[in-house]
Amino acid sequence: MKRMGIWCCCLLTLVLSSLPTPTPAQNTPASSAASAATPEASKATIDKLSQLDQRVTAAQSAGDNAWMLLSAALVLMMTGPGLALFYGGLVRQKNVLAIMMQSFALMALITVLWALVGYSLCFGGSGPVIGNFQFALLRGVGVTPNPVYAGTIPQLTFMVYQLMFAVITPALITGATAERMKFSGTILFMTLWFLIVYAPMAHMVWGKGGMLNASLGGRFPTLDFAGGTVVHITSGVSALVCALYIGKRVGYPKQPMPPHSMVLSFIGACLLWVGWFGFNAGSALAAGGLASSAFVATHFGAAAAALSWSLAEWLKNGRASALGAISGAVAGLVAITPAAGFVAPLPALLIGFIAGMFCFWMVTKFKAIFGYDDALDAFGVHGAGGTIGALLTGICAQSFINPIFGDGKPVGGFDGHWRQVGNQLVGILLAWVFAIVGTIVILKIVDLTMGIRVSEEHEIEGLDITQHGEEAYNLKT
Amino acid sequence: MMKIEAIIQPSRLESVKDALLEIGIDGMTVTEVRGHGRQKGHTEVYRGREYTVDLLPKIKLELVLPDNLVNRAVETILKSAKTGKIGDGKIFLSRIEEAIRIRNEERGESAL
Repeated sequence: MKRMGIWCCCLLTLVLSSLPTPTPAQNTPASSAASAATPEASKATIDKLSQLDQRVTAAQSAGDNAWMLLSAALVLMMTGPGLALFYGGLVRQKNVLAIMMQSFALMALITVLWALVGYSLCFGGSGPVIGNFQFALLRGVGVTPNPVYAGTIPQLTFMVYQLMFAVITPALITGATAERMKFSGTILFMTLWFLIVYAPMAHMVWGKGGMLNASLGGRFPTLDFAGGTVVHITSGVSALVCALYIGKRVGYPKQPMPPHSMVLSFIGACLLWVGWFGFNAGSALAAGGLASSAFVATHFGAAAAALSWSLAEWLKNGRASALGAISGAVAGLVAITPAAGFVAPLPALLIGFIAGMFCFWMVTKFKAIFGYDDALDAFGVHGAGGTIGALLTGICAQSFINPIFGDGKPVGGFDGHWRQVGNQLVGILLAWVFAIVGTIVILKIVDLTMGIRVSEEHEIEGLDITQHGEEAYNLKT
Repeated sequence: MMKIEAIIQPSRLESVKDALLEIGIDGMTVTEVRGHGRQKGHTEVYRGREYTVDLLPKIKLELVLPDNLVNRAVETILKSAKTGKIGDGKIFLSRIEEAIRIRNEERGESAL
């Protein structure tokens, strides 16, 4: 199809270029263009055609690259300032800089690790569990596309786009350990976590030959369009493990710890919503119809979840809060992440609606029953939302949106391919196990070397002063 | 000389200030305070966690006046600060021994 389109286009251009004055192309019938091409197409014509072929490829590449560079920037914006503001508003005034600094530090730290080995461990080679050192120090990563992953954009673009995912994923964990984790311990923890948990998960799901890869030869093809398992389950489940290991904040749950600025959180959540278009629609790795489909699904999922969380809250407390609405939107965005490029708009509404209710229950009821201190609900929103989203992806995915298993082959439950739900469960299980085991090991290492939790004295005084020597608000000076 | 301390609703500050200005009182000290009397606080819910907020924001006005102005000032505050609901606040009166203007060390009522 695409080939034929290019030929027609070339012939049309040939005819038009032979006309003495430029005329609007729209009115020239394609048939007259075809008749103008003589059977004895000379060498010159063939040369011209191949030139045109190159130009068409270049034009597509330019379009795709523009969208992907923008998407990469949007995903970076999700971490800073999006997540930094969202989390920053939710902590107490004495800890706002510390939590923002954790997100910001990851923007720098993961970037350096990514250049050294990270990209290669995620996308080099074709092993079942982890990549190799093929692209270490970004060797061979230039403007030439890597056709294995994205044939129309420079590999540099693909590399930097994927980097932004690696930045935000560990940043999500900081929500669970907020207000009590040492800065030094955080840096060591995140370095190890990125190498031991994130890199293998990203390779297994998205890397060539990864055992969960759906399109490049995985044993258990798991559908994960933009990171439901890789990003949200791994970070959310690791967050829970961290919260359990590190323990409750001093005074929790007796002492009130309300958000110090709902306004900051509100702005942060809105930036997350916008940034998520880069996260999900960008995961099409091109600027075509699939990106549009993912964009719409993303938006619909967020909207439905904001409504359903608010509704649940209204029924339970008699009021719909601002924090509830924005938390719902984020929960919906999390749940739609694995599904975005596989589901139609209405199933996206359904996924969002379920996720909003489910995460509301996880955050208000489940957490209270078990009494762990997941301070900003990294597990309740990302772990729970990611899990339910990955499962619902297996049910709602349809081949007319994305025929990932080949033309006409069924994709998810709605296509009658219920086995996919089983594949999703394997992916979910593996992500959970990887996150739990990896995180426990890393926590032990960090605890034995740098220490993980600040002293009680420092915790009461606040992390801004004790960890960074600054205060967030010096409004009176 | 008397000191008037009036704890009032934040929303009434502007009208109290204007009313006092109208009867010729233009000096006062205003502080943002928190407290409660018979008025109970309210509850706030953040992701299912309920917090009771029982210390509510109020405004404290302090004025030191010559004896002949005190009654009119109190009446004015009563009239302009009242909403009729619980939580409207209170007025306290106390005697003041001395007043000194820092700039020129004037003493007594002329320092007010």
